[in-house]
Amino acid sequence: MTAGPGPAAVRLRVNLIACDGRGLCAEALPELITLDDWGFPITSDRAVPSRLLADARETVRACPKLALWLECG
Amino acid sequence: MNGNAGLSEHHGGPQAVRPPGTLPRLLPAGAGASPASLAGHLARYGPPPAGLGQRERESLIAEVARAGLTGRGGAGYPTARKLTAVAAGHAPVVVANGTEGEPASAKDKVLMTWSPQLVLDGAVLAAEIVGARQAVMVVHPAARRVMDHAVAERAGARFDRVRIRVRTAADRFVAGEASAVVHWIERGVPAPIASPPRVAERGLHGVPTLVQNVETLAHLALIARYGAAWFRSVGTQAEPGSMLVTVLGAVREPVCAEIAIGTGIGRALDLAGGRSAPLQALLLGGYFGDWVSATAAMDRPFSSAGLADLGAGTGAGVIAALPAGACGLKETARVVRYMAGESAGQCGPCRFGLAAIASQVERLAHGRGADLGLLHRWLGQVDDRGGCAHPSGVVRLIRSALRVFEAELRQHAMGWCCGTASVLPVPPGRSR
Amino acid sequence: MSAFSGSQALWFISRASGLALLAAFSAAVVLGVAARLGSAPKRWSRLALGELHRTLALFSVSFLGLHVATAISDPYVTIGWAATVLPFASPYRTAAIGLGALAVDLGGAVLITSMARHRLGYRGWRVVHWLAYLAWPVAFAHSVTAGNDLRIWWVALVEEGCAFAVATAMVARLLAWWRVPAERPLR
Repeated sequence: MTAGPGPAAVRLRVNLIACDGRGLCAEALPELITLDDWGFPITSDRAVPSRLLADARETVRACPKLALWLECG
Repeated sequence: MNGNAGLSEHHGGPQAVRPPGTLPRLLPAGAGASPASLAGHLARYGPPPAGLGQRERESLIAEVARAGLTGRGGAGYPTARKLTAVAAGHAPVVVANGTEGEPASAKDKVLMTWSPQLVLDGAVLAAEIVGARQAVMVVHPAARRVMDHAVAERAGARFDRVRIRVRTAADRFVAGEASAVVHWIERGVPAPIASPPRVAERGLHGVPTLVQNVETLAHLALIARYGAAWFRSVGTQAEPGSMLVTVLGAVREPVCAEIAIGTGIGRALDLAGGRSAPLQALLLGGYFGDWVSATAAMDRPFSSAGLADLGAGTGAGVIAALPAGACGLKETARVVRYMAGESAGQCGPCRFGLAAIASQVERLAHGRGADLGLLHRWLGQVDDRGGCAHPSGVVRLIRSALRVFEAELRQHAMGWCCGTASVLPVPPGRSR
Repeated sequence: MSAFSGSQALWFISRASGLALLAAFSAAVVLGVAARLGSAPKRWSRLALGELHRTLALFSVSFLGLHVATAISDPYVTIGWAATVLPFASPYRTAAIGLGALAVDLGGAVLITSMARHRLGYRGWRVVHWLAYLAWPVAFAHSVTAGNDLRIWWVALVEEGCAFAVATAMVARLLAWWRVPAERPLR
């Protein structure tokens, strides 16, 4: 669900089965995503701060394998 | 047919068979008994409840909840909750998971081979409870023939309203994971599927799927006959009932036995003829489990509560004894290398991380100077990252080894090793 | 006289936007293959290349709009709006224009599925995206048969350059597929 932020916490999640380790996400959102030693994204369990929500949505869109999504609540 | 659905505390009317007063419940009572025919099975346990209407289904789920039955596949998820979730869905299906990809565990193979009718009772009952028309039995190759025969017997007697299919399980460790079983049936690929959605919501062919370990289903079949109070008459308050364990390693007669949960580990070893050598450590649970020192564990009850402060649990019911002459680090290295090779290869951290970690653990084990800092870094990076619990399980095993075999670590760092025996069963490597 | 020069202007813009379209489309294909193969130098931003691929594809759509609108509006030739998407519906140079319409259909499918890819899911999106490998040769064939400008040396250069670049990319993609047939190891 990627409609407006609202009061509920939004988390950035990655489907590691779909992920190919291309690394676009870590470039797009270095505040929330780092790469492990093999190039795969490590996402935080913390909620996405509202100032980064737009960037997070762009990052989700930019993933070539559609492996990212924003989870509400 | 038994008219009272076997749910009462008083074990039913005149047609009911007396429930087993002692263990074993799931396995045949006498040694050397042959697998029960359908008639023999019914003579021992009585008929299962059948023709369940809506009310009976709900009260049966409630009975399972009262019994406190949890999954016996290793994760220990409350069965009643799973039944409720799947029953809420439309046109669900039941999958009985008898894959047993864990090399150290034999309990599911033994159960399917010696009590196939009980497992089938459970699968059919689960199907009736959730409203499924079909149950798929995914069985280890060793049990395929027996299961086919048992299904044929039931079909011949027109025993079930539910259609039963049998599939042979894939021969991989990760094939036993719930979504991997579904993927195997649907597409012939024994690899986990991404969730959400979980298989209970969307599983086999897109419908809600109940994936349940065969031992859990066997317990379900007995709870449906004899009730929650009977089930709880053994075991502990928090973890009621009995469980199947596989006792192997430095014991006189490796065995698969049924114990009440909370039975002392020493007693479990006695069921296997007692230890064959002085022990230094035990591996509890399986290859996703934990090492514990023998002195610490010997007096403990085999239950999750009893082992929690040792950082261990019952897992898949494996109790492997490591003799004093063996090297726990070498055993761990062999297992970890095997587990790295068993990665489904779908997720980067598992596919690449476990291989890198295995190399470090091997260097530790063979005194070749490993980078402990790097190992810990990688364990942290790989833990809980992937499409299934495979990497987490391996991380858990290694962390427990580093704890329990700390003294050996120092010896190995000085180039000095203690033992060479190969105790834990590790299948020969496959090329990927 | 002014109607004739107006028509000439439209024709000129149509040819120019067609060439720009070919260049943008070709660059998009090359970047798409490079992204898939991971063959760009490590120091280059994967994100930038991915976004560039997307941007060039969208530019192509703009050039296409201009190219088609000016060609259809040109009173000198009768093509008709239907011929934009229906191959072989144009009375004027039916086959050549028809190839263009076919390219529009294929490219349109790629575009629409890409815009809706999060709703479509990866597998559905990917299968249609492969049509780009078909759309490009069809578009190129259209440019060679419908365009009259190959005798201009730099137009020929652009066309040859595009063909070379895309052919290289397609060969690289085929080689990669041939060397690693299974996407997933467990089969």
